Amino acid sequence: MLRIGLLYPDLLGTYGDGGNARILAHRARARGIDLELVETRVGDSVGRADLYLLGGGEDGPQRLARDLLAQQYFASRVADGASVFAVCAGLQILGTSFAVEGNDTHPGLGIVEAVSVRGTKRSVGDMATRVGEHVLVGFENHGGVTTLGQGVSPLGTVVRGRGNDGAVDGYRVGRIWATYAHGPALALNPWLADELLASATGQTLAPLVSVADELHRERLRSLGL
Amino acid sequence: MERRTAVRAALAITAARLVNWLSRRTGRGSGTVAGGRVGLRLAPQLLSTLAHGRDVILVTGTNGKTTTSALVREGWGRAVAANATGANMPAGHVAALIDSSSNAVVLETDEAWLAMVIDQTAPRVIVLLNLSRDQLDRASEVRQLAERWRGALAKANGCTVVANASDPLVAYAAELAPTVTWVQVPSVWQLDAQSCPHCTSPLRFDGTWSCECGFREPTATVRSEGTRAWFGEDATELTLAIPGAFNFVNATFALVALEVVGVPRSGASARLASLMSVQGRYGRRQWRGRELRLLLAKNPAGVAALLAPGADLDDEVWVAINAQIADGKDPSWLYDAPFEQLKGHQVMCLGERRLDLATRLEADGVTATVVDDVEVLALGQSPVTLIANYTAFRYWLGESTPC
Repeated sequence: MLRIGLLYPDLLGTYGDGGNARILAHRARARGIDLELVETRVGDSVGRADLYLLGGGEDGPQRLARDLLAQQYFASRVADGASVFAVCAGLQILGTSFAVEGNDTHPGLGIVEAVSVRGTKRSVGDMATRVGEHVLVGFENHGGVTTLGQGVSPLGTVVRGRGNDGAVDGYRVGRIWATYAHGPALALNPWLADELLASATGQTLAPLVSVADELHRERLRSLGL
Repeated sequence: MERRTAVRAALAITAARLVNWLSRRTGRGSGTVAGGRVGLRLAPQLLSTLAHGRDVILVTGTNGKTTTSALVREGWGRAVAANATGANMPAGHVAALIDSSSNAVVLETDEAWLAMVIDQTAPRVIVLLNLSRDQLDRASEVRQLAERWRGALAKANGCTVVANASDPLVAYAAELAPTVTWVQVPSVWQLDAQSCPHCTSPLRFDGTWSCECGFREPTATVRSEGTRAWFGEDATELTLAIPGAFNFVNATFALVALEVVGVPRSGASARLASLMSVQGRYGRRQWRGRELRLLLAKNPAGVAALLAPGADLDDEVWVAINAQIADGKDPSWLYDAPFEQLKGHQVMCLGERRLDLATRLEADGVTATVVDDVEVLALGQSPVTLIANYTAFRYWLGESTPC
């Protein structure tokens, strides 16, 4: 039984982030993988899961989500080997610190050495990140600039948009994947959805033909890639 | 008015009329925005000059502002100056006020322009329908918008704010307004207000909403419930020709606004029934021999309202999604909208972002067909409900004709 934990969709769900859970559930079930989707909302305790999802959100909710996670056995579950996919605010929450309302600094969970500050302007638009042989396509809408600590690998190099700092996007640490491509990033990147499922199940997955493959190709074409 | 200002305004109005006439005459546009823009360029205070002394009702909110404005116009029972083509920023308002000199004015107003338009038009009534996420890639996020409304409404003396008490963000925005009529409505959309606008603690919902910090749902004097609008203990039964449960809510707001400017409820509610279609929405249309009903939905709350239980959709549903600037360039919102409720329908995915839609439907097990060439659809027979977002809606409106 694969357990997917969607963390605080009521706080971190500004941009259709719940879509990532839907896509993972669909792609797992299509391979005959038994799956349970566990939603943690404000007031719930974080349940055990093999793969956690953290979405994007506005300043206040982002701060609250971080504080709620800090009070619970979340970091220890990640240390014990749970996989994590985090986008935008979620990426910042797992890091060392991030900027909130005005220019105040709020501590992150400190799971990954990554410091996020407010940039001089917002980045809004299509983005693409080269990740090994794949290209991650998505949409970003954030004002953050993230600096990774020594030895923390970015998820990939930016080919369109800004990501962390215009050069690289997100990070990849152990079983943690993070990107600034917000919202239903896994809908646009079925290869990444499968990489996460493979990590969380420890299985090699059978190929799956879906309309998402066409979507990924169409997005690449529209970005001239 | 100072003489120089008056001359300038008269000149600007003449110029705006000329531009609108040319625009219509040459077929370049419907002649509303261009003239208004020229007028405002020549006389920046033109909107204020034109609105002076008239009974202005402003209608704003994420969803329902066009239909509610149309209901106000219908219910007023006299000639009304209105920006009926949906040009809902100051240039469109100027054009509407030049087009008609009626004392009765209803202006649909873009959420981001509300503060400026209140300032310029000194309205009698401001209707705040709801506030939810819409085109986040270009507008400020909803909480920032609520904050800006709050600042503007706190200074809105001499007017009545008609506000949705069931929407925590609207309640926050109108909290400091000097005069408010609160309206309670059945809400289907709460995803954008799960945390308190004051303190960010989670809100509790049980019939009404409240927060541990003490912020809670204001006590409403008007209530929309099914087909009835309750004014205290007094119920008005509404009859509408336009479909959708959410339109009974819109009609309730229209009646409250009209009552403030002295239009009796009984007459107004009877007149609402004659509104058949709003800018091509709701009414039946023809395309290549097929019968279409066009519905506009440009954000999750809009889709939720259209697909709510009891929605009268045809078996065949076409959904057309674009991502032009006017739509918002980011179709992520498709995952926040309850498209899974299309299960059981025959769904055709159209528009520039049809693959995004098809991927979303596939994940939910909704049978859908990606249509690359719309001409194949001409071969079908059955009536169709077509749900489209902004520019896709404009496209299908242009391609189809009224039945």
